Amino acid sequence: MIINHPLLGPRDASEFVYLGDAKLMNRPNPKSETALQDFHDYMYLRDNPAGEHKELWFHEQGDRSWLIVTRNTISHEITHVELARPSA
Amino acid sequence: MSMVNKDKPLNFTFDGKAYQGFDGDTLASALLRNKVKVVGRSFKYHRPRGIMAAGTEEPNALVEIHGAGVCEPNRRATTIKLFEGLTAKSQNRTPSLAFDIYAFTDFLSPFLSAGFYYKTFMWPKAFWEKIYEPAIRRAAGLGKLIEQPDPDNYDKGFLHCDVLVIGGGPAGLLAALNAGRSGKRVILANDDFILGGRLLSDPIEIDNLTALQWVEKSVAELRSMDNVRILERTSVYGAFDHGIFGALETKTDQIGAPGARMVLWKIFAQHSILAAGATERPIAFANNDRPGIMLASAIRTYQNRFDVKCSDKTALLFNNNNALSTISDVQIDTRMGLHVTDTKGRKGLRSIQLSDGREIQTDCLAMSGGWNPNVHLTCHQRSRPVWNEAKACFVPNTDTLPDGMQVIGAANGEFTMPVVFDSVRRASEALGVNTDDHPNTQAAPYEVSAFWHVKGKKRAWVDFQNDVTAKDITLAHQEGFSSVEHVKRYTTLGMATDQGRTSNVTGLAILAEATQQSIAETGTTMFRPPYTPVPIGAFAGPHKEQHFKPTRLTPSHKYAAEIGATFVETGYWKRAQWLVRGDEKGWRDSVDREVITTRGSVGICDVSTLGKIDIQGRDAGAFLNKVYVNSFKLLKPGKCRYGLMLREDGIAKDDGTSARFSETHYVMTTTTANAVSVYRHLEFARQCLFPDMDVHLISTTEQWAQYSVAGPNARKLLEKIIDPEHDISNEAFPYMACGKVTVCGGTRARLFRLSFSGELAYEIAVPTRYGDALIRKLMEAGDEFNACIYGTEALGVMRIEKGHAAGNELNGTTTASHLGLGGFVSKKKDCIGKVLSQREGLVTEDSVRLVGFVAVNPTDKITNGAHFINDGAERTAVNDQGHMSSVAWSPELGHYIGLGFLKGGQNRKGEELWAVDFVRDNHIKVRVVSPHFVDPDGERLRV
Repeated sequence: MIINHPLLGPRDASEFVYLGDAKLMNRPNPKSETALQDFHDYMYLRDNPAGEHKELWFHEQGDRSWLIVTRNTISHEITHVELARPSA
Repeated sequence: MSMVNKDKPLNFTFDGKAYQGFDGDTLASALLRNKVKVVGRSFKYHRPRGIMAAGTEEPNALVEIHGAGVCEPNRRATTIKLFEGLTAKSQNRTPSLAFDIYAFTDFLSPFLSAGFYYKTFMWPKAFWEKIYEPAIRRAAGLGKLIEQPDPDNYDKGFLHCDVLVIGGGPAGLLAALNAGRSGKRVILANDDFILGGRLLSDPIEIDNLTALQWVEKSVAELRSMDNVRILERTSVYGAFDHGIFGALETKTDQIGAPGARMVLWKIFAQHSILAAGATERPIAFANNDRPGIMLASAIRTYQNRFDVKCSDKTALLFNNNNALSTISDVQIDTRMGLHVTDTKGRKGLRSIQLSDGREIQTDCLAMSGGWNPNVHLTCHQRSRPVWNEAKACFVPNTDTLPDGMQVIGAANGEFTMPVVFDSVRRASEALGVNTDDHPNTQAAPYEVSAFWHVKGKKRAWVDFQNDVTAKDITLAHQEGFSSVEHVKRYTTLGMATDQGRTSNVTGLAILAEATQQSIAETGTTMFRPPYTPVPIGAFAGPHKEQHFKPTRLTPSHKYAAEIGATFVETGYWKRAQWLVRGDEKGWRDSVDREVITTRGSVGICDVSTLGKIDIQGRDAGAFLNKVYVNSFKLLKPGKCRYGLMLREDGIAKDDGTSARFSETHYVMTTTTANAVSVYRHLEFARQCLFPDMDVHLISTTEQWAQYSVAGPNARKLLEKIIDPEHDISNEAFPYMACGKVTVCGGTRARLFRLSFSGELAYEIAVPTRYGDALIRKLMEAGDEFNACIYGTEALGVMRIEKGHAAGNELNGTTTASHLGLGGFVSKKKDCIGKVLSQREGLVTEDSVRLVGFVAVNPTDKITNGAHFINDGAERTAVNDQGHMSSVAWSPELGHYIGLGFLKGGQNRKGEELWAVDFVRDNHIKVRVVSPHFVDPDGERLRV
């Protein structure tokens, strides 16, 4: 696979480490009354779509930026890549 | 004009007998040249087999190549380029090809049908593993695996191109020419050792040139272009995502030759053009596997390319007009209702029986059941080929090809030269490249009428390599296997090295007939990479033995090696484990002495392997508050603090210390093992969870050589090294202080007053390039104190004596409270993992707690991994009370000590119970004690 890094251009997937669903960026509010349930859902409940999926990849053998990669889980087509933190 | 050089003879042996071939021969053509008919015994029935094909599809002629004291099994004789001194041997015969004791299996064939071993060897059950399976494995099968190291070298490489052309036949050559002439960066990969493909076997005129002249002219032009790279003897074995291809280049077949024998290429291609050609199909009829029965196209290849005539009297069985170019004396056209009903000749064909009653004496039968496009690479991303009734073959599904791929020529089901060149023009135009120079050629259209097998009672082979007959397929269907994937696995049709190149389509046509479905409905099995066998050694490449993974050496490695260190691998690092001094006999002597020296005077340990992360920014403190359970925001500059880090699920991730050098600058240390994953976790927290914080991170693990100097004389020793303007007295530089100093007359260094051993201790860090010099200086300065280097074992003993958790305790299942560090978790702030660490199941009173253990009988040796069982309770898993995680002999206390996780351990001090170790059969009565065995109040740290 090739991931088109927004800063560095097309890079081989072997340079990256995969984490998973980009929803992991939406850490719940620890002060909420439902925090325990919210964190449980955040940690353990994931969608497993057949189709477009936003996921987190870390450019470990590169510039160490975390990327949000939109990948089709059926075709592996990558339609969009962006920096998780716009000014990484 | 053939492609062998008769002026250059080459000597080789087969089964010990010497022969001669020529440069340009394959082993197969050289064997045929020498009239060697039988080259192997079949997989199951041990039938004598001869060469059937001329290319990668060969199912029978699998041989061993010998060299450098080892052999490589299962090599196809048709793909081995003959070289001087080649030593080849046949396989699957005992003791010889001519006489094989297992040949009796051929007469047992009524009992050896598809799935026979599932049915026959059912009882008694225990016999399968010990008797039946080993016996079957001896009798059946292909080559034997060598159980020695592979003596050859393999390499890997990466290539990029605009257009990858796969196949060097007429279509591939023209496609590469068109793209090359337009300035594209082209790679042409050809699995044969010469270019030209079928043109070498079926010569026709192109542009008023002979086929060979056209090939030579085209190849010369390609070689003259700087933007074209030709990879010869290179099989593209897989088409992967996003235009990435795997290819295997064979540099030589010789075992043990200098240099790399094969190169595994990873090719990144914007576009690819598949011109992989097609494979001729055999026809299934009774006893169609005798040596001398060959594919018609192979006979033409041997005749035209190699100048080897297979026979003076050839019969031709065919269902298509393409086969008619085979020189033959008898024509058996299935389209005229003729076919072959049986054959004779055990060690070579003698005669054939025709359906019209004639018996014809011949030693060579050419068969052609039509052509199968080599669609494999089009299917590596789940595309399925589609059935073309008119051409009686599966062709690529052009709607679902891998991204950027086009298919041309015979691979796309174009079997007539003018049409082949038209398909090249279309593909070239789609790439926007020049097609002005379009070759002219003429040929009659391909006409075929499907003919798969001759029905009858005798065995008619479909898959020659796996001894699968037409009957096996119909039997599988009778027994309820109707899916083509199931039939494949039940009968073994299309498995092993040829992956059913010659057999798949025939097999599923017979299945379709049995199930009364069309071939289109029956479908094909899945084609997966690799297209051709790739040796494991090629995948490993140069990454073997010590190069299997990187080796990281500590700054003191050279010095430690000089003074007798034994090294241990911790991740990629090699660390000194213990260092032998004088006449120390075993490791324990050295470790005990290192501990006693350190606790009694001073010891030095290389701790450079610990992960070091430089953290800077206005929000550095707030950031550390988020990743550690305890607070770092209020830590004063010039101070260090122990920190515990959780995963978001509440389980302990790592621990270490962080030092604050200024308002905006911290230096974190991590454990050696987790240095990489903690850094990744921190970047995740910084970029994904807390993107608004002003904080930046960089790993500096390799930038600093860091030594722990521990023991009552640690300060005295360091005062000799550290430049005098830096006051490191207890008052000026107390426990947990940190600061920047200089050593040895001005070399910048960092000093931390940290202790893992429990003694008065410092860690001193200098830029890595000074690491070797510093360790030597420290030992020189330590001479008057009898200082020693201590290794990871002594480090481990001292941390167990102090009750510090390490890898055995931070094992991915324990929380802060399990580790007895619940009090560390700040109540005032949020941190990663805090919420989920409070889950009910993790905080119950009887959840495990890290405590210490000593044997009730002080001379008993306790062992780690032992499980705790209450006194009097049965020693079963239900009564499990936890486990011993770390054990050491304490030189200070003179007996064994242990750390372990015990249910409700915080309330069980003084209790006696059993540490039960069934693995070592060692059951010891132990007493629960505090995990702080040595200096529990930490007085030594603060002097």
